[in-house]
This record gives sequence, C-alpha cells and structure tokens, in this order.
Amino acid sequence: MSSVATAPAAVQSHGHAEHHHHEESFISKYVFSQDHKMISKQFLVTAIIMAWVAVVMSIMFRLQLAWPNEGFAFTHFFLGDKWAPAGVLKPDMYLALVTIHGTIMVFFVLTGGLSGTFANLLIPFQVGARDMASGFLNMLSYWAFFISSVLMISSLFVEGGPASAGWTIYPPLSALPQAISGSDTGMTLWISSMAVFIASALLGGLNYIVTVLNLRTAGMKMTRLPLTVWALFITAVLGVLSFPVLLSASLLLMLDRLLGTSFYLSEIHIGGEPLDHMGGSPILFQHLFWFLGHPEVYIVLLPALGITSEVIATNSRKPIFGYRAMIGSILAIGFLSFIVWGHHMFITGMNPFLGSVFVFTTLLIAIPSAVKVFNYITTLWRGNIVLSPAMLFSIGLVATFIAGGLTGIILADSALDIPIHDTYFVVAHFHIVMGMSAIFGMFAGIYHWFPRMYGRMMNTKLGYAHFWVTFICAFGVFFPMHYIGLAGAPRRYYSYSEFTMFNGVIDLNILVTFFAITGALAQILFTYNFFHSIWRGQKSVQNPWKSNTLEWTSPVKPMHGNWAGPLPTVYRWPYDYSKPGKAEDFVPQNVPLEEGEEEVHG
Amino acid sequence: MMTLLILAVIVLGILAVTRLSRVYELTAALRDKREEEISDRDSKMNARLLMAFPFAYFAFFLWLTVHYKKHMLPVSASENGVWLDDLMNFNWAILIVAFFITNILLFYFAGKYYHRKDRRAYYYPHNNKWELAWTIVPAIVMIAIIIYGLNVWNRITAAPPAGTPQVELYAQQFNWTARYPGLDGKLGATDFRLINDKNPLGIVTPGSIKERLDELDTLIAADEKRLVNEDAYLPPDRKDELEIHLTHERRVAGRVVNLRTLMEQDIAEKGEASQYKYGADDIVVKEFHLPVRVPVELVIRSKDVIHSAFMPHMRAQMNAVPGMTTRIHMKPTITTDSMRTIMHDPAFEYLLLCNKICGANHFNMQMPLTVEPEGAYNVWLAQQKGFETGGPAKTEAAPMDTTQAKATTATAMNETPALPPGEPKKN
Repeated sequence: MSSVATAPAAVQSHGHAEHHHHEESFISKYVFSQDHKMISKQFLVTAIIMAWVAVVMSIMFRLQLAWPNEGFAFTHFFLGDKWAPAGVLKPDMYLALVTIHGTIMVFFVLTGGLSGTFANLLIPFQVGARDMASGFLNMLSYWAFFISSVLMISSLFVEGGPASAGWTIYPPLSALPQAISGSDTGMTLWISSMAVFIASALLGGLNYIVTVLNLRTAGMKMTRLPLTVWALFITAVLGVLSFPVLLSASLLLMLDRLLGTSFYLSEIHIGGEPLDHMGGSPILFQHLFWFLGHPEVYIVLLPALGITSEVIATNSRKPIFGYRAMIGSILAIGFLSFIVWGHHMFITGMNPFLGSVFVFTTLLIAIPSAVKVFNYITTLWRGNIVLSPAMLFSIGLVATFIAGGLTGIILADSALDIPIHDTYFVVAHFHIVMGMSAIFGMFAGIYHWFPRMYGRMMNTKLGYAHFWVTFICAFGVFFPMHYIGLAGAPRRYYSYSEFTMFNGVIDLNILVTFFAITGALAQILFTYNFFHSIWRGQKSVQNPWKSNTLEWTSPVKPMHGNWAGPLPTVYRWPYDYSKPGKAEDFVPQNVPLEEGEEEVHG
Repeated sequence: MMTLLILAVIVLGILAVTRLSRVYELTAALRDKREEEISDRDSKMNARLLMAFPFAYFAFFLWLTVHYKKHMLPVSASENGVWLDDLMNFNWAILIVAFFITNILLFYFAGKYYHRKDRRAYYYPHNNKWELAWTIVPAIVMIAIIIYGLNVWNRITAAPPAGTPQVELYAQQFNWTARYPGLDGKLGATDFRLINDKNPLGIVTPGSIKERLDELDTLIAADEKRLVNEDAYLPPDRKDELEIHLTHERRVAGRVVNLRTLMEQDIAEKGEASQYKYGADDIVVKEFHLPVRVPVELVIRSKDVIHSAFMPHMRAQMNAVPGMTTRIHMKPTITTDSMRTIMHDPAFEYLLLCNKICGANHFNMQMPLTVEPEGAYNVWLAQQKGFETGGPAKTEAAPMDTTQAKATTATAMNETPALPPGEPKKN
C-alpha cells in the first residue's frame, strides 16, 4: 500500500471514439457476456435466487424450533415424505437445512452475491475504466459461480441428503458417512461446489485488484477513490489471500474421505469398527478453515461498509467524515482479520497462551470498528439527509453493526467464550453483525445503484415498506436469541424439549419464528419491486441521487466501454457535498477545481 | 389442502402488492412524482419513524431483560463460574453504556437532520481531535477489558495442582460415559482398537488385550471360513468387500499384538507403576457424579467425531476431539440438592450437554451431573464396579470393597499421589 499517497493515476484516456458498434448476439450479450455491467447483474440475480432457497430453508427449521415435532404442510411441500414424514422435519434434515442455509448465505449470497455484484458494477465505473482488466476472466468468474451454485443445489437431491455437518464442515463428522448420512455424496458435492466457488472468487478477486491498481483514470489517485472501491479492493485482497487456504483444507478433506488418507482423522471407532486412520488432527482442519473463515467475515462485511459509506455521504449531502480514517480502518480491519482466527477455537483445547494472543488481536479490531461507527454518526450530524430506501438500509447497517459488534467483544474474550461458545448467543451475534449488516449493505447498494444497472428506478414506497418490515424483523428475530443463548441453549439443536432447563426461554422461539416469517414475506415486496422495476420501473435520469462518483457520468443506457468519448479525468475526491462556495450541493469528481479552490481530503 | 391455502395466500398477496403498486405508479404519474425525488415529506415521515425506533428498540431490550432474567442461568455452581459471571457483568456494564450512547446518537441525528429544501448540510470533512478521541477512548476501554479478561482466563486455565483427582468424560454418538479411577487413584491407558461391548472405552489391561485378540481371531476365522465356503455363491463385489474387511481385521489384530508387546515391556520395566496396570479397577459408568468443593480435573476424549462437553451451570465447556485428550478443571460449589432449593425445582438436575454438532441426535446427547457432599459421593463411588476387579460375581465381597474404596478415594481426594496421573495412551 505504499502507493496510497503517491500513485500517479494510470493514464487511460486514449480515445475510444471509434465506437465499434458491432451487433452482439443474445448469447454474447446476455449469457456469456464479458461486460462488467452484465456480469454484475448475473451475479445479483443468481444471488437473489440462492437467497430465496436459503430463506425457505430457514423458515422450515424455524417452524420446527417454534413448534417442535409438529407437522407443517409448508415443510412437507418442499421435503416430501422422506425428509418430513407428515410434515415433521427429521433431525438429520434439520441439520442439513441449517448447514446449507449457512453455506448459501455466507458464500453464495454475501460473498459471491455482494462482492460479485458490486465489485463488478462499481470498480470499473468508479475508477473510470472501460471494463475490468480481463473481461474474459470476469466471465469465467461468473460461470464458475453459476456452476458452483448448481452443484450446491444439486446436492439437495442426492440419496443421503445434502451436507449436514454445519457450514463449518468440521471433520470427522464431515469425513465419515457412518457418522451422518449427509457426509456421503452430499458432502462430496459440497466440497466440489466450494472448490469451483473458490476458483470463481479468485478469478474475480485478481481481476478486481488489477483493475483498481492499473486502470484508474487520469487524476484518480488512491486517495481520491470512493470508499466503495477501497472496501471492495481490500475485500478482494483478503479473498485472494485466504480462499486458497480453504481450497487446500477441502482438498485434504476430500483425500481423507475418498482415498483413505489421515490428515484430519485419528483413533476413530465408529459403526462398531476401529478405523485405520491414524495420526491426523481434526483441529488442523479448524485452523485451516478459520484462516479463511475469519477473513471471510470481513469479505462479507467490508463491501457492505463501503457501500454504506458512499450511500450515507451522498444522502446526507455531506462529505464522509474522516475519509482517511475510514481507509485506515478498512486496512486495519483487513490486516487484523488474518491474525484472529483462533478466537473460534478457544475451547478446542488450544494452548491457553495462544488463546490470550487471539483475545488481544481480536479485541484490537474493536478500535477501527468503533472509528467507523463514530465516523458514520458524525457524517449524519448536521447533514441534510435524504431518507431514500438505500439511506434507510445504510442507517440500519450502522445499527446492526453496533448491536452485533458489541456482543462480539463478549465473544472475543476467551474466558467469557467458555460458557457461551456455540450457544444461541453466537448465532445472534453473527447473524446481526455479519448477516444483517451485510444484507442491509447489499439492499442499500441495490436500491442505490439499481438505476445504474437497469436505467430504471425501483419503487420508493415499496422500498420503504420493505425496509421497515425487514429492519424490525431483523431485531425481532435475532435480538431474543441472545437471551436464549445466555440461558445456555446450544445451537444446532433440533429441539429443546428433551430437557426442562430451557423451558423458561424457549417460548421466545415462537416470537422469533413469527418475526422470521414476517421478515421473509417482506422479501417478496423486494423481489417483486426488483423484477417489476427491471421492465416497468420509471426511467431513470443520468444522476438520480446527485452523486459525485464517476458511474453517474456514464450514459443511462448501458454501453460497451462505459463512456462514449475519452475517459473522464478526475480532479477531486468523491465527497465534495455541500462544499461552501458552490451553487449546487454536489460537485462530481470530474469537475475541475475552480480558481483558488482548495482540494480537501478527509 | 394446507399447501393450497398457503399458495393461495402467497398468490393473493403478490396480486395485492402488484395492484397497489400500480395504483401508486398511476397516481405518482398524475402528480408528476419521480422516484428519485425523495420528497421532504417522505424524508420527514421516515425521520419520525427513525426517531421513534430507539424507543421501541430499547423497550424490547428492557422487556426481554426484565421478563427473562429469571430464566437465565442461575448462580454459578462452580468456582470458575463465579469469576466468569463477575467478568461478564463488568463487560455488560461497559457495553450497555456504549450501546445506548451510540444508538441514541445514530437515530437522533438520522431523525433530526432530515432533508429540507432550504437547508444546506454542514461541510465537515474531518477533525483530527475527534478522530483521535474515538480511537483512544475505545483503545483504553479495550485494554481494561483485555486485562481483566485475560486475568480470569489465566486463572481458569492454569495447570491444576499436582494430584488433582481425575474423572474421564468419554463422548460418542450420542451419549456420554464417565470413568473414575479405582483404588489406585489413577486412570489406566486406553486404545480405541480394544473397544468392544465389554470394554466400551478400550481400557488396556493384559486381560482386555487377550480378550480382544481372541475376539478378533474368531472374527477373522469366521470371515476366512466364509470366503472359502461361500466362494461359489458370493457375488464378486461382495467378495471384494469381505476380503477388504478381512485385511482390515488382520491389520487391527496386528496392531493389537504390537500394543501387547509394548504393554509387556512397560509392565516388565515398571511393574505395578505401569499405566497398563491402572485400568483394571477403573470404574466405567453411565452416571456422572462429582463431590462438592473438591477440585477435579476432567479428562475429555471422544470415540468418533468432535463433541463438546458443556456444563452450563458450571460455566464449563471443552471440546471432545477424537485422537486427542483435552482437559479442564473446576470446583463445583453447590450440590444438586442445594440448587434444587435455590431454583424451587425439586426435579432440577445439572446437565452435561453436547455442544458441538455431532450427528442426527446431537440435540439429545445429555447426561445429568449429580453434585453431592463428599460422603454421599464416596458411598456412590463405592457401589460402582471396577472394570475387571469388580465384576458382578464378587457381589458378596462388596461390603469390604466399599470400605476400602471409601478410604482410598478419600485419600485420593485429599492427598497428593506421588505418581503422575495415568495418561491415556497415545500412539
């Protein structure tokens, strides 16, 4: 990052005036497109479909948790007699649903969907490039994502059911079909799907990094990049450094499963027989998994934080407060995220001193996170806030980031982790801080950049309804889970009626399920609004939100190469909102400084 | 029927939304209202809602806290847990303050500064003093949290004093087994290849090895015989399977023979102090009892997949990992009976739960833990049978055994044995 302050902008202003308007076929325009805008839409639509799969799954297990062992036509409709006889979910299917729900949400929606959509859409636009560095690799990245989605979905239909060892697939459970039926073909498909997914993430990530570093337009110094690009850039770096580790971990697991190696297995007696595996360590897998797994949390979260930084500044009509501190905190969070993975493993029997080190590094993350929160709040202070649906979701993100971040401080404390590890407290924490924050960021991005994607506007009133129901339900679902967890209830339990100890809190599950169903129904509003607006939405103007960034200087109708003439030249940072002495309350980045005007860097 | 109803509701819902939004679009078109022009009226309405939200949010928080307080875990039943609860309260005090301050600022500003055409936002790109303040203040708070937290962590995870009595917890799909050292106060060595119906934990003793080898020989002989006798009928794939299985059995038998050699050497060298001599009197039970106010080290192992020994009332948890031994130590401070009084629940039991996803019946992998006065505990322990020494055939000798066991256990609990505790065998 030494180039942060000094990097001269890559000059890329060779006229693209020749306008080769060759007609594109349907296939090359909509299917195997190499255009970043189309690829971003492909990622988004795939992610919306995957998200619905995961939401329907969550409703099925929420029904079981609220009314254990009761039959539901809804469950029976999707799972049939084999997995839900008379509509009563079976315990192994419950675990499978929990596993695939987590996998889809974390990887396919909040990684592929979020980064894939917005890195593709925004990086070339906001750095002022005609497209990604490699359109072809970018196309491969999407199609690898598509194939991995298909593989993951296909695992739902195999004999033994899909993978059901939890989204963290800890061996030996994930390695031994004798232990759970989902660890048979289902797990093989899970690992295959993830291998292809990782290829997709790497192809995409390398492309994003190269594009940000090399294809910035004239004047676009690193310190003039919008925070979205900064966040997506660091996210790509995290992905490129950490995903290969998950690939290796999964491949070793595959070898243990198929070829009888013993990387993760040792001294196991199952199905009435001692196994031949000797000398491996299941804990090794956890180290490898979380070496990806923790940066993954920030791979999910940083793009959302980047999007909200942009949306909050634009809609507050005010510069983001502390631009450089925001970049610094992204860098700090990105760096620290690589040295905290052990906090997922405090109770695996790891050396207590090692645990202390992870406590220290983990709690350090609270500092850049706090800086971000206070900078957001200060940006709102004395703003002139346009409360668009995107802005509401961004404020929602700050609220969930606060709530989930604070409980993270409890979980990061190794001693306190002992009694609440793997309880519902953890479920509450990461759903709020990672799930809700990231999905709110994604919604903010969709509402904000929909006109940039489709040249039309989404319906604002439906957006409001969508936000308020979703926002209230997010807290309705996940806030009570803290209490269920503090009462000692473990996660991934099919039912809590086998003991009396949770009777006092377990009625909360009904409340949670009520909010979960309402929240899920609210997503119908969104889905309808999204697809309806693609074709029937009101036509958008060039710069609907009066924003400063370069994507709004490109014509409304998406065009190959993004700008008809030469690439725009950048003269200022992206946050000159309500700058004193200006007639308008925004000054786009491509507007030169006036005589005597001082350039500001946050 | 139900399916149809649900589908109908969904379809009708979508239709209603469609129609409503169409009406909205038409009226918007009539009024010449454009989507990107968020009217000040809309901003104001949402600003009001944002201002109102924290009231609902905090009310929900308070309601949950007040209403469910009595259903949270009761007072900690172990010494570690008391430290943890104090630490937890310290953290909550800080976090709740931060929670209220940040949320109030967030929603108040978001609600107060909504868009009005005649206003202009205050151009305020940065302020080093403020930024320094909210870097340093969280840093100081974090330092306090880290120091206190690690202090408790170090106390809890410090090595137990030499001679702390050991109890083993053995996890498997989907139940727990406990193992107590017998008269010698030490747990014997184990090997997973010795596991069978009679020896569920695979305790290694000369007797158990011999029995297991006999069993393996019988199995191998039976399979060999089958391969010869049924050669004509067995389909090829079934035959391959049988041959693979036979190879596996022979390999296991070979390893057990190696183990026997190791054991014999060890016994020859160390005599009665050999870890293979400790196992015969170990007590293997499906019950879990602990004496109150006696520190105990729990030795945790797993037979198949990762489990986690979670005792919420003790605030204690440790994973059970196949292929390795994990340990925690704790001192229960409240007996089950006293806790029944505290909880006003005569049926109350402490529970040992599995807290790491381990298979279909993960949700019901539990064992009650009985904490009782030392005397009652010793009586209970004395009634249990040794792995090899206390078979049912010796019932008439029980009274004598009891007194002996009592005396020895009491010794084990109060004094420091000279020898290190028996390590479960690791290859």
